[in-house]
Amino acid sequence: MDLRKAFSRGDHLVWLTGSALGISLLMILGLLLVILTNGLGIFWPSPIEQVTLDDGSIVAGEPMQRQPIPNPGQPDHLQKHRVQLKVGNRDLYGFDFKWMDEAAIAKRERPSGIYLVERSEYGPLIGTPVRVLEGEKEVASGADAAAALAGLVDKAVRDRREVRAIEKDEIGAVNYDIERIRLQRRKLDYREKQGGAGDLSASRRKLDERETALKARYAELEEKLAKRMEGAGSSRVVFRTVDGQVKELRAFDMYRAYPANDLSWLGRARVYASRLWGFLADEPREANTEGGIFPAIFGTVMMVFLMSLAVVPLGVLAALYLREYAKQGLLVRTVRIAVNNLAGVPSIVFGVFGLGFFVYFVGGGIDRIFFPEALPTPTYGTGGILWASMTLALLTVPVVIVAAEEALAAVPRSMREASLAMGATKFQTILRVVLPAAAPGILTGLILAMARAAGEVAPLMLTGVVKLAPELPLDGFFPFFHLDRKFMHLGFHIYDVGFQSPNVEAAKPMVYTTTVFLLVIVVMLNMTAITVRNYLREKYKTSAF
Amino acid sequence: MLMADHDMRTTAPDSGLRIKTEVKAPAPAPAVARDSEPDIICRSVNLAYGDNHTLHDITMDIDDRRVTALIGPSGCGKSTLLRCFNRMNDLIDNVRIWGEIRVKSVDINAPATDVIEVRRRVGMVFQKSNPFPKSIYENVIYGLRIAGINDKTTLDEACERSLKGAALWDEVKDRLDESGLSLSGGQMQRLCIARAIAVEPEIVLMDEPCSALDPIATLKIEELIFQLKERYTIVIVTHNLQQAARVSDKTAFFWLGRLVEYGPTAEMFTAPKDKLTEDYITGRFG
Repeated sequence: MDLRKAFSRGDHLVWLTGSALGISLLMILGLLLVILTNGLGIFWPSPIEQVTLDDGSIVAGEPMQRQPIPNPGQPDHLQKHRVQLKVGNRDLYGFDFKWMDEAAIAKRERPSGIYLVERSEYGPLIGTPVRVLEGEKEVASGADAAAALAGLVDKAVRDRREVRAIEKDEIGAVNYDIERIRLQRRKLDYREKQGGAGDLSASRRKLDERETALKARYAELEEKLAKRMEGAGSSRVVFRTVDGQVKELRAFDMYRAYPANDLSWLGRARVYASRLWGFLADEPREANTEGGIFPAIFGTVMMVFLMSLAVVPLGVLAALYLREYAKQGLLVRTVRIAVNNLAGVPSIVFGVFGLGFFVYFVGGGIDRIFFPEALPTPTYGTGGILWASMTLALLTVPVVIVAAEEALAAVPRSMREASLAMGATKFQTILRVVLPAAAPGILTGLILAMARAAGEVAPLMLTGVVKLAPELPLDGFFPFFHLDRKFMHLGFHIYDVGFQSPNVEAAKPMVYTTTVFLLVIVVMLNMTAITVRNYLREKYKTSAF
Repeated sequence: MLMADHDMRTTAPDSGLRIKTEVKAPAPAPAVARDSEPDIICRSVNLAYGDNHTLHDITMDIDDRRVTALIGPSGCGKSTLLRCFNRMNDLIDNVRIWGEIRVKSVDINAPATDVIEVRRRVGMVFQKSNPFPKSIYENVIYGLRIAGINDKTTLDEACERSLKGAALWDEVKDRLDESGLSLSGGQMQRLCIARAIAVEPEIVLMDEPCSALDPIATLKIEELIFQLKERYTIVIVTHNLQQAARVSDKTAFFWLGRLVEYGPTAEMFTAPKDKLTEDYITGRFG
């Protein structure tokens, strides 16, 4: 009786709906928890364990995981365990990780004095610094060598920054100019071939002169670089690994070094902060498995901005026509349905369209008209950040159109009438009254569009995203925005590091961490847009009641 | 046709309402010389929404710098007629208007007539106050802005003059940059009046301007109408008969899309010529 009463009251529905919400929330929380713990824990320096096995061999590394050993049918099935150490020193051992049966381990300890060194190649080095060499001369040994390590790393960081500045900024600028001269020369060739260009030898001579000057400057810079490298370069550190092997490492190649077992809590926090910052601000190294993700963050944000720049005008204008000018009827209804359906088209389809239309047709056309001298090397006729943004703009434009249409429809009729009765034209009314009042709703559409675009990967793979872009699409060389350049993207970076990298196991933490930052970027972009929207909403509140 | 059945009574009906309205008889006309020619001339104006014929052969003249009230029950076409005077009915699809409407001797429905110019010369105040979500200042000078006037001093002067004209200046002069929506209901309606008169129209149409306001705010608007009629011709649609009696010089009574009676307000409320008018103003229907 009571049960039936409860049933008719709808208690079961409350429970049903409540648990559905609960399950959804739990899954979202679980997702965040998994990503955050896996992604942010990785920078915390773990201690280095030195393991002596029964056969007398010694291994050292960061303990990674412990697993029961399956032995189906036997009494010890899943009773015994094995442990995994990240031993590093890939150049010496040929592998990064080592599994050991716990039964075969004679001794486990965490000796002081072992260093973990992050370096430019072969993953981390784990060992004890024994000597510091300057040229062929030994300048420190034993404890002194360890003490000298921090200074050497700092110097290496400074040296690398300077060398990079010479390479990238100065030599880069010269290379850029030389490339432009090459293109200008090809342009002259091209014009000559077309005929009727008159005497071009004066222009040619000018180009030759400039090139000679640039080449001289290039040689100068090369020399400067060599000198700088010499100043940076002769110090080396000799490490001894736990199993007695010796490795000599150029100080210039060291990125970070810390005594893993001797760190205080504060010291660990400092290593953590420095690694986190390095991850955000550095470029990737070692096929993206080490170093940072800065170019990918930059590429993602810039692509979303370019997409917004394209999608807002396009979507708003289309919505304006649909809502304000078009004669409402069967045709407009059909268009509206088509627009809504467009939002459901799989993104890879847009990718294929972007490749065919933007890259080959539009880009190829631009190349034929504006850059014929560079052909067959494509300038715009290949994937690039512009085409990727345009493709995403097309992908998200239905969202913006729908949101903008709703926002326009929500502007009170009385407000339009007020404006029209003042003698405003329809255009003035739209521009001065309707659009400002609809702006918050339009921004809601943009927020949805940005959230979708920032996470989209498939269409980008066809239209301009790459594993490693040597240059950012925005830099100090005229014309500053290089929209034809390929770019890196966090979403693709996750895919690439996780599944395409030569050392998947070592790169796994990077996948989680990159995911964290993709989420952070999306949230930050959305927050910015939401803040703007709330400000506009306050400003253009349409009713006081 | 409709009126033909009614006997033309000349005696005033004995009603409390009438007595009340008599107390507040309209003020004497201002001393300013008025045009002898009417401001708005309607000759056999008809209007239909699709098949729905809502205005039938309206013929009336609206005097210069007078307040003319349009009264009648809901759906009688008074607002529709009002909206004909500045061609706001253009905004509705399927509207057909025939007959002649001359505003200041311009045939406003002629193909050559610029609707923008008509609306600039014929301002309008709506039933629900509808300030833009902009500052008070920007609200008032909206009409000048869209006319392309951007000179700061001109705009400032127009703003002050219009707000003073709408009896709002003293209340808002220190907060011109606040949103127009931060004002009270009555202030918002006066802001809309200020906005309408900022472009110096010749005629101001008011579509039930006080229907959403409390009695005090209503009183202020009515006082304002008295002041405004010295400079502007005012046509006001109202459901409030006392208001019509208080503010208007002439009253037109509409019923089912027809003009039943049109004459000086005092006469209309004391000695209606038509039975329908009498029934309406004595509250027997409507």
